[in-house]
Amino acid sequence: MKRRFMLATAILGLAVVGTLPAFAKTQVTWWHAMTGANNEVVDKIAKDFNASQQDYEIVPVFKGTYPETLNAGIAAFRAGQPPDIMQVFDVGTGVMMSAEGAVKPVAEVLTEAGMIFDKSQYLPGIVAYYSRPDGTMLSFPYNSSSPILYFNKDIFQKAGLDINNPPKTWNEVWDAARKIKASGAAPCGYTSTWLTWIHLENFAAWNNTPYATKENGLAGQDAELQINAPLFVNHFQALADLAKDGTFKYGGRTSEAKQIFLAGECGIFTESSGGLGDIVKSGMNYGIGQLPYDTDAPGAPQNTIPGGASLWVFGGKSADQYKGVAQFFAYLSKTEVQTFLHQKSGYLPVTLAAYDETKKSGFYEKNPGRETPITQMLGKEPTANSRGVRLVNLPQVRDIENEEFEKMLAGEQTAQQALDNAVKRGNDAIKQALGN
Amino acid sequence: MNRAIFPHKLLPYLLLAPQLAITLVFFYWPAGQALKQSLLREDPFGLKTQFVGLANFKRVLADPAYLNSIKVTAVFSVATAFISMAIALLLAVQAEKIIRGKTLYRTLMIWPYAVAPAIAGMLWLFMFNPSFGTLAYPLRQMGIHWDPLLNGPQAMTMIVMAASWKQISYNFLFFVAGLQAIPKTLIEAAAIDGARGFRRFRTIVFPLLAPTSFFLLVINTVYALFDTFGIIHAVTGGGPGKATETLVYKVYNDGFVNLILGDSAAQSVILMVIVIALTALQFRYIEKRVHYG
Repeated sequence: MKRRFMLATAILGLAVVGTLPAFAKTQVTWWHAMTGANNEVVDKIAKDFNASQQDYEIVPVFKGTYPETLNAGIAAFRAGQPPDIMQVFDVGTGVMMSAEGAVKPVAEVLTEAGMIFDKSQYLPGIVAYYSRPDGTMLSFPYNSSSPILYFNKDIFQKAGLDINNPPKTWNEVWDAARKIKASGAAPCGYTSTWLTWIHLENFAAWNNTPYATKENGLAGQDAELQINAPLFVNHFQALADLAKDGTFKYGGRTSEAKQIFLAGECGIFTESSGGLGDIVKSGMNYGIGQLPYDTDAPGAPQNTIPGGASLWVFGGKSADQYKGVAQFFAYLSKTEVQTFLHQKSGYLPVTLAAYDETKKSGFYEKNPGRETPITQMLGKEPTANSRGVRLVNLPQVRDIENEEFEKMLAGEQTAQQALDNAVKRGNDAIKQALGN
Repeated sequence: MNRAIFPHKLLPYLLLAPQLAITLVFFYWPAGQALKQSLLREDPFGLKTQFVGLANFKRVLADPAYLNSIKVTAVFSVATAFISMAIALLLAVQAEKIIRGKTLYRTLMIWPYAVAPAIAGMLWLFMFNPSFGTLAYPLRQMGIHWDPLLNGPQAMTMIVMAASWKQISYNFLFFVAGLQAIPKTLIEAAAIDGARGFRRFRTIVFPLLAPTSFFLLVINTVYALFDTFGIIHAVTGGGPGKATETLVYKVYNDGFVNLILGDSAAQSVILMVIVIALTALQFRYIEKRVHYG
């Protein structure tokens, strides 16, 4: 009885296989964390790639927030079922880099597929960030972003502020925010997404101040945090003071504050350039400015560090699948795909050709401010303080920092206490993660 | 009890097999994995593994954040169990008094139980969102500075409310059954003796509901301890600071966000011990004390 059943299943299975087209496409799975306007970009790119050739089919799968996607990928790897491509956010880079053997360097994937990988065609700062110290590119920079300043022009006008001259320094931001609140133009002056990324990691690079020892962890894993230096303390004390009467409004640990800005509650907003798609979609009368810098920092502004995410390839897949991955990356590098990605989502183009193409097309003249995230990242040769931040457990360190900020913004501790605690707890966590 | 006679030696085992398989695969195997993991130190991808004995337990128990989450869990569970049981009892007693449409009321009362924890959390999050929440607005009108994003006690209040709301239905159901099991003659006799409503409740109804209440107390505590992850994850994510990080949430956070698998596994083993103790307690007392009519 049982044997007959199995036989029947086998025949049925054969019949199903037999009906498939002779040229079965190799599926390449791509786990990502893109929502809203950026998710539409992912779907369009996948659809266009699938239509552009016969052999491979890219299957994008939304896996939740950035941390959730990373965890899903790790869990899948442990279960022996990892996707082919996974999008990992900038802070997860250290985690992925320490997972030698679990991932296959993108440079290897491309050369094995017989493609010439010419680094000089890519934006230098971004590629360097996602490369091993020896220069091997480990992951493909899919969406690179840089934090910028957005402002609501209607609120600015109501408050009597100049819409053609957005605040350039943090002190100017605080003043403008107070004016917005005092004039009643909006219930709150300023809000920000990602305090850790914008107000610590980028704040440090942009003001040419170290975030951690060992070149922010790029020169060695056993780095120690230095975020309780006076420059940081003064900055966060200003934020904490503004939070008392609601001039600064806290939205949450990641990008929740975007809703506050979109609802017209606050007039000024710092957020990733990748958040642009949703702001454009909302139809708001917005303006863009450079990320503000601190006037107390000599040499500021320096340059911002790449944020966003890159695509990692898991190891242990078949040669055919890697070919598909390589084809897809080659497609992603195409000038027209990069220009589309850049202009639609606000993420940076990763190739120089796409940047030039966008420049030539007059896009930046028509859309003032859209070049800002690129110029602020590439404007100056990076220093030891501004090449990037890489800690083996940066997601955890960010969590610790967020917890201390929340206690500070609730008025339970001063900025000095918050940052001292963050340094102490963060350093302990780094030591533990390294096994010391 | 009659001893069932099976003609075949294998048959009883075969009949039990599906249940045994489920227990093995979904309970014993993961529990064993957790035990094993709690003695290891491993990188997130499982590429390097090292046996460390009880070091993970030592570190977890010495961690001030762990002691904090024990406190948070105690406050959260006691508040949730008390509020959900008190309100359910009140509603059950009131529902008894209704003459018309009793079944309709009861059915409506049971609905929230069918709502998934994460959705219940989102619901309360929307109602009490400081920016656009419909219920946050009147709070602000009353002069309350409502900001659960930064105010720990307010965040705790919000998750307690969401968790209690979801559990009221379940408690209501048991209290209604408990109330129906109380002989009407007792209450009528008391009424004839001149006992008024609240006195009848205090001296007759409430003591006779004790077994039900005790059973619900254990169930609600277990619920608050283990089934509220979805609510906390959706509403506060453990924040602000660590104000709403319960033991279960910390297991998740350390294991899946911070990727410290050994610590996370050690914590889940400690939780496992707590569950076993609670279950033992329930069996010892409830099996002895409860008399169903």
